[in-house]
Amino acid sequence: MRSKILFFVAFFMATVNLSATTNITWWHAMGGRLGEVVNEMANNFNASQSEYKVIPVYKGGYEDTMTAGIAAFRAHKAPDIIQIFDAGAATIIGAKGVVYPVAKLFDKYGVKFNPNDYISGVRNFYADSSGRMIGSPFNSSTPVMYYNKDAFKKAGIKNPPKTWEDFEAMAPALKKAGYIGLAQSLSTWTSAENFMSRHNLQMADKDNGFAGFATKLYYENPAMDYHWDKLRAWTLKGYFKYFGRGWADNQQAFYDQKVAMWLGSSGSFGGLKKGAKFNFGTTYLPFWKKFIKKGAQTFIGGAALFVFSGKSDKEYKGIAKFLQYLTSPKNQYFWHKSTGYVPITKAAYKLAKEDGYYKRVPDAEIGIKQLSLPTQKWTKGYRLGNYVQIREVMTVEFENILNGKKTAKQALSDVDKKGDKLLKRFAQTYR
Amino acid sequence: MKKVQFKSKYIPYLFVFPQMAIILIFFIWPSAMAFYYSFVLEDAFGISSRFVWFQNYQDTIFNNDYYSSIIFTFVFSALVTLFSLSVGLLLAYKTNNIIKAKGLYRTLLMWPYAIAPAIAGLMATFFFSESHGALYDFLNSLGWKFDPKSDPFDAQVMLVFVASWKQISVDFIFFLSGLQGIPKSIMEASLIDCKSAVKRFWTIVFPLLAPTTFFLLITNITYSFFDTFGLIDTTTRGTPMGETRTLAYKIYQDGFLGADIGGSSAQSVILLLFVLIITIFQFKYLEKRIHY
Repeated sequence: MRSKILFFVAFFMATVNLSATTNITWWHAMGGRLGEVVNEMANNFNASQSEYKVIPVYKGGYEDTMTAGIAAFRAHKAPDIIQIFDAGAATIIGAKGVVYPVAKLFDKYGVKFNPNDYISGVRNFYADSSGRMIGSPFNSSTPVMYYNKDAFKKAGIKNPPKTWEDFEAMAPALKKAGYIGLAQSLSTWTSAENFMSRHNLQMADKDNGFAGFATKLYYENPAMDYHWDKLRAWTLKGYFKYFGRGWADNQQAFYDQKVAMWLGSSGSFGGLKKGAKFNFGTTYLPFWKKFIKKGAQTFIGGAALFVFSGKSDKEYKGIAKFLQYLTSPKNQYFWHKSTGYVPITKAAYKLAKEDGYYKRVPDAEIGIKQLSLPTQKWTKGYRLGNYVQIREVMTVEFENILNGKKTAKQALSDVDKKGDKLLKRFAQTYR
Repeated sequence: MKKVQFKSKYIPYLFVFPQMAIILIFFIWPSAMAFYYSFVLEDAFGISSRFVWFQNYQDTIFNNDYYSSIIFTFVFSALVTLFSLSVGLLLAYKTNNIIKAKGLYRTLLMWPYAIAPAIAGLMATFFFSESHGALYDFLNSLGWKFDPKSDPFDAQVMLVFVASWKQISVDFIFFLSGLQGIPKSIMEASLIDCKSAVKRFWTIVFPLLAPTTFFLLITNITYSFFDTFGLIDTTTRGTPMGETRTLAYKIYQDGFLGADIGGSSAQSVILLLFVLIITIFQFKYLEKRIHY
């Protein structure tokens, strides 16, 4: 009997001993190759020390990951770290007490942290109105234009378009050469949110939602009306084609060389490089010279890492260490190189430059260059609630424009009307 | 007659318990929760919650998107039910009279039943895709500018087609067994009385199949209301222009993708009412005219 008791005591001690390493769970939405890179980074961190063990868990797409996080939090089983995408940021930040702000975390657990180390576009997007970071930016991208160099040669065009006026001028030549001029993925992102930013236009009241709950959208404006009417006109002329709302369907049209230009993510670069059977280049998102002399900076897209509240001191210490590890220049450069997402700190950007990465792959620098343009009044980002639904409304209305069911002005003012309702609902819920 | 009775009066309850527990946990409890949440505004994480009376219902009802979703759901269900019932019946009637390779025909016709809606959706995605879809090319070669990615009507046609195709085999199985349940003597008697096969079908066979048809009518409607979710999620995801959103799919979009719990709960309760009304109507008016 005694030996049995002794055995159990010993067993108990052994398990206690085993759990001396603190586990940190990290739910993310990085599938495929991106997921492999995530695992590699976590493994490297785990190998670098023995106190903490980061366990990355792939939870599906961005929306699935957020839904899983919500369900887990409600069941008091939240992970330590969760990756939340740009459109979902307001939902998790708005729910008071759900998130442990990273600025506070870094302060408390002695991680040296200066927001100015981050490149400007990244710094503001996940911060509160006083500039303190709530989420730690992780995978960041921005919309850029990809163009088929072979198609351009065939059509006798030398340079990619800088402005939409340029695009309009070269589209007929491309059509003659057998190409549709343009396709775009995630229109809400490439041709609405970032269109506003590129033209330095206000998106919503309350400082784009950073200074409180916004209740008014400003999508209906002369520049947007003009642009979307043009997209409709270009559709009729065969300069532009909408291949549905799926990201991949529009990218496929570029792969298949049906379209000569494609608006996608700076993060698409790696995949394109592998798959495209033609020469292509990357350039800045075009702007209308008619509305702004020089295109402004674009928003950061992608996602950030948020830390859930209610964890133990020990866990927080580990989380702080891990986040610090992730944002180190070396890791950021590794992430940038292996995925195509932009480096989020100035130091990492510098490291990539010094390493001669952009000499070898100049296209990889376009995204970060576009993000590093000087910050202007309306280029800091947006914090809008129910934004997933608002994007849904936008997609529907954009399809109405492209089908000729509504003029741009009608459709965009409907976006504002329906969006305002959703914003008000959000303000009422989260106040 | 000998009366069989349990000694203790609690034992019957014990036997009913598992079934009741399942109903309570999986049907009554979630419905009650949906009913509760439909009256509150609560943030996604459940931090703050406020009772708002009927605001969620108001926001749902005074929304044009909701109407287009209702119309789509009803038209879609009616068409899917009509097509799958009629084709299923036709196939069952024809195979019932086949002499050679009866089993082969039947097995092949039953096959699609085993395909999950999501898989059917993925197959449809391939068949109707612009870059490598056989049906896409076929329809376009007929001169129809078929484009389910941007034309809502085309997308709806595609969904009705796939949803019906998937349901035909279910209806086929039931109709076949219904047909086999018709006594041979009646069939032989009718054969003597009437030469026209069409007339025989409508006056003898069809009325005798009425109970099966009625049962299938209800299951087909519930199928197109709820089970087509997987199909929609793998093909159109409600696009283009939000005109392929069934009520069930909209609830998912608002509740799970949009994290609006109150709004989607209100929609669930309304959907519950719809289904209730349809079922009551069917039992009240249709069942009366059916003779088992």
